[in-house]
Amino acid sequence: MTASIADSGPPPPSNSTADIVVELDEVSREFPGNPPVRALDGASLAIQRGDYVAIIGPSGSGKSTLLHLLGLLDEPTHGVYRLDGIDTRDLTESDRAGLRSSRIGFVFQSFHLLGHRTTVENVMLAEVYRPGTRSTRRKRAEDALRQVGLGHRLDAYPTTLSGGERQRVAVARALVGEPSLLLADEPTGNLDSVTSAQILDLFDDLHHSGLTLAVITHDEDVSERAERKVRINDGTLTEVFR
Amino acid sequence: MIDLETAQPAPEPRLGSRNDIVRSHFSVRDLLSEATVALTARPARTLLTALGTILGVAALVATLGLAKTAGNQVVSRFNELEATRVLVEPQDRQQGRNNRQVSVIPFDAGDRLRRLNGVAAAGTKSEVGVDGLVRSVPVVDPLGQNEFQIPVLSVSPGIFDAVRATIETGRVFDDGHNERGDNVVVLGPGAARRLNITRVDNSPAIFIGDDSFAVIGILRDVEREPDMLNAIMVVDGYARERLSLFAPAEVHIEVEIGAADLIGTQAALALAPDSPDQLKVGLPSSPRGVRSGVQGDLNSLFLILGGVSLLVGAIGIANVTLVSVLERTGEIGLRRALGATRRHIAAQFLFESGALGALAGLIGTSVGILTVVAVSATKSWTPVLDSWLPFGAPILGAIIGLIAGTYPAWKASATEPISALRSGT
Ligand SMILES: Nc1ncnc2c1ncn2[C@@H]1O[C@H](COP(=O)(O)OP(=O)(O)OP(=O)(O)O)[C@@H](O)[C@H]1O
Ligand SMILES: [Mg+2]
Repeated sequence: MTASIADSGPPPPSNSTADIVVELDEVSREFPGNPPVRALDGASLAIQRGDYVAIIGPSGSGKSTLLHLLGLLDEPTHGVYRLDGIDTRDLTESDRAGLRSSRIGFVFQSFHLLGHRTTVENVMLAEVYRPGTRSTRRKRAEDALRQVGLGHRLDAYPTTLSGGERQRVAVARALVGEPSLLLADEPTGNLDSVTSAQILDLFDDLHHSGLTLAVITHDEDVSERAERKVRINDGTLTEVFR
Repeated sequence: MIDLETAQPAPEPRLGSRNDIVRSHFSVRDLLSEATVALTARPARTLLTALGTILGVAALVATLGLAKTAGNQVVSRFNELEATRVLVEPQDRQQGRNNRQVSVIPFDAGDRLRRLNGVAAAGTKSEVGVDGLVRSVPVVDPLGQNEFQIPVLSVSPGIFDAVRATIETGRVFDDGHNERGDNVVVLGPGAARRLNITRVDNSPAIFIGDDSFAVIGILRDVEREPDMLNAIMVVDGYARERLSLFAPAEVHIEVEIGAADLIGTQAALALAPDSPDQLKVGLPSSPRGVRSGVQGDLNSLFLILGGVSLLVGAIGIANVTLVSVLERTGEIGLRRALGATRRHIAAQFLFESGALGALAGLIGTSVGILTVVAVSATKSWTPVLDSWLPFGAPILGAIIGLIAGTYPAWKASATEPISALRSGT
């Protein structure tokens, strides 16, 4: 039972989107080449504040491309992407960096923790590029680590942590400073099923506390935990209703 | 678990336009602490990276310090010669009506000065113009092959001690020659060679124009006043009568060590009691010129050595920073995802290499100074260092670090965040 989002009528006008965090309107991303690769093809998607969306699809379907667009690490070749109602088309590079810093939290498959820094220092890194945060940075980082259940490992180095613990540090880093949107690309891809479940429990908690999550995965177990499911196939998005 | 919505104050308004965007910012303090963390994370590697620059700066500081120290030793040797020398000349070398110098120096200047306490020797010296060439044979050769243009100086007997002349053969003038105005000459070694005169025991004679002179002595060397080496010296008494020398041009005084200042104040009054202000008393500056020349040679050689080592050091920093940019691709991607702009990334790497260079400069300066002190101790020299060196060298190191970091920093800032993130950490 699937229905294309594009079929469900035109997207609502942007002035009535008070609670919409992400709004994609016919967004395409084409990579130059011979022939050019259309990794995303006319995708439309609205994510409400507090939504927990799983984006699923086979390898090469365009999941990472979508995540990079949502995370403002890449720009669409066609269409409009609004984040918190802000049209991201006419933003400068420094505007986009500011939005990434203040409104988006990333969680990566490979954790991306810096080996020579303790967990709390790794979490503090999230606020290095945020103005006026320096004096209270450590406290917020410690709070975020307690929130993900790592209050007892504040001064541990990543190499001494298990995979699940490392990913929880990465989640804490994404949480600090309350982003509008938490983006996760295969967050359990490097974890076994038990630790995966811990991360998914954590996501459930975050969802219940009101955080907006978009989780990219090819794992059906992961997508089952989400509130909404969006399938991507050859660059085309379809909402999965259950 | 803490509830996000209730645990924190209400989030700022999320909606709106570009104006609501909080730009990312990389404060200087954060820049400092990030660089400190990066440089201290692997101290051994940091030190090895800096090693080239440390050695370069150390070499530079050590060579500059040693050049200065060694130069100072050269200077003190010259100083002994310089400090015992006083020269008296007429003020401003005014020209009289007949284009002849007006001088108040008396012909008995040497005798008057020798009476002063502290004067070891004193004598006068003047250039005199002579008509005709100089030859050592009575017959005028029509081809002019044994006639020479040789400068003629008129001197008093005391000059030879005053300029520290040594005698090769024969003797120099005595007071009798001077009083009688004898036709006698003393040859500088250069003049003797040109006239082909090597000995005086066979009473050789030379001819200046039509006048003949007995050669009574040949000099071996003159420590001061090298113009005497190539000249023919006649005695003042002769020049006064026959060459119409009006007054001596210069008085050379050899003083005891430490007496130069005293004699400097007394000499003019002793020579010209009526008009001492018409005389100029001073230490000649030529030994200073020699000194700076010697130092210049040492310095430029040492500087080239130091410069080469610094270049090697800079290449070392550039190389390792570039490698570390490649190693830290994942970190660069992460930082971009966390809100860093290209400029923030460039600033971070540039600052890291600059700080590394400054650190290397600091260590290198210390090593260099220790080297100067150690070498000076073994040679029992007094270590001398330009005061700007301890401060200038670390700054030089920082500049080298910045230059070396420019390309790696640019490379880091040009890294695309997506591909950087794909590379993993
Ligand atoms: N920079 C690029 N240049 C050219 N083609 C690209 C580029 N990035 C992605 N693609 C192509 O776009 C398509 C979508 O890639 P994407 O990485 O989004 O897939 P994915 O769904 O994340 O796959 P996986 O599950 O394997 O990570 C692929 O065909 C890929 O080859
Ligand atoms: Mg992918």
